[in-house]
Amino acid sequence: MTHWHLFLAFFRVGILGYGGGPSSIPLVKNEVVDKYKWMTDDEFSDVLALGNALPGPIATKMAGYIGWQVKGVLGMLNAIIASVVPTILLMIVLLTFLNSFKDKPWVLGMAKAVVPVVGVMLAVLTVDFLKKVNAHFGVKLTIGLLVGSLILLVLLNIHPAIVIGVVIVVSLFSKQEKQEVKEVKAS
Amino acid sequence: MIYWHIFWAFFLPGILGYGGGPASIPLVEKEVVDRYGWVTENEFSEMLAMGNALPGPIATKMAGYIGFQEGGVIGAFIGVFATVAPSLLLMIALLRLLMKFKDSPKVNLLTNLVRPVIAILLAMMTISFFQNSYDGIGIYQTVFIGVLSLLLLEKVKVHPAYVIAGSLVYGAIFLA
Repeated sequence: MTHWHLFLAFFRVGILGYGGGPSSIPLVKNEVVDKYKWMTDDEFSDVLALGNALPGPIATKMAGYIGWQVKGVLGMLNAIIASVVPTILLMIVLLTFLNSFKDKPWVLGMAKAVVPVVGVMLAVLTVDFLKKVNAHFGVKLTIGLLVGSLILLVLLNIHPAIVIGVVIVVSLFSKQEKQEVKEVKAS
Repeated sequence: MIYWHIFWAFFLPGILGYGGGPASIPLVEKEVVDRYGWVTENEFSEMLAMGNALPGPIATKMAGYIGFQEGGVIGAFIGVFATVAPSLLLMIALLRLLMKFKDSPKVNLLTNLVRPVIAILLAMMTISFFQNSYDGIGIYQTVFIGVLSLLLLEKVKVHPAYVIAGSLVYGAIFLA
């Protein structure tokens, strides 16, 4: 039964995610955290963070890891197949038999109309994250951390993988700093 | 030999492409057009256009289709495997380590400290989606579809699947 749910969850993510893997992130969260409750919000955000820090397509990394966590190696294969195979088959069939299809105005219209919807879903997910940060660190520290991330990522244009990598190293290897952050939070 | 080449052509973009599938597309192009000459630049952009018109992750659609063209079903399988497996294995190994220490204060701190970074990354993606939408269909359609889907998703609590399906129908009729 769980296998069937895994398949359904990632089939929906694959078949509804327009605009490549990153646009399917809110859909993954919807299935995995909200609907099937295979993970908590916290776990999901760790998975997303690490997935962003590593190379390769994000959709299959998330599907593979979540499938593996829920049902081992078979679950992993199941989730990847569900998110990838239907759209590849569609691609092969359409490119082989109906090459003129992609220039049809109604297909282009469909691809355009879904963009703002994905934008809204990403915005909702962003607000979710902001609320979590605020609940844990309080308003002042939250603004500080956000401004810091913004400067690193946007102004200095440092690669997200490097920023996330540094955050991981800092939190895992420096005991002193951990204590300090705790104290700042407590005061 | 062709299978080995397919593996290699998609292994490199998979392991070098940071920022999800779309970021690895230029790398795929470099391999399949410039290095192996399997498709011409024109064919590649046709494929990319079709891939973008269809749902699902783009990197695996390209790998699956090009692999199929060059090496049949086995080729398609190898292309997708090479794209997906290396980074997935890395991810599982690292997360397994992390989850083992899930309750330690360090991992807890990591979870919390990494969130603002992810929030900014998601915000940047949000902006680029709205920017694309604005360029594609203009301000009025973008605001209309955006506000309507926000209401449906957050107030009426409609499942995202229906909202996306609805937007596809709307686009096919009104944005054609």
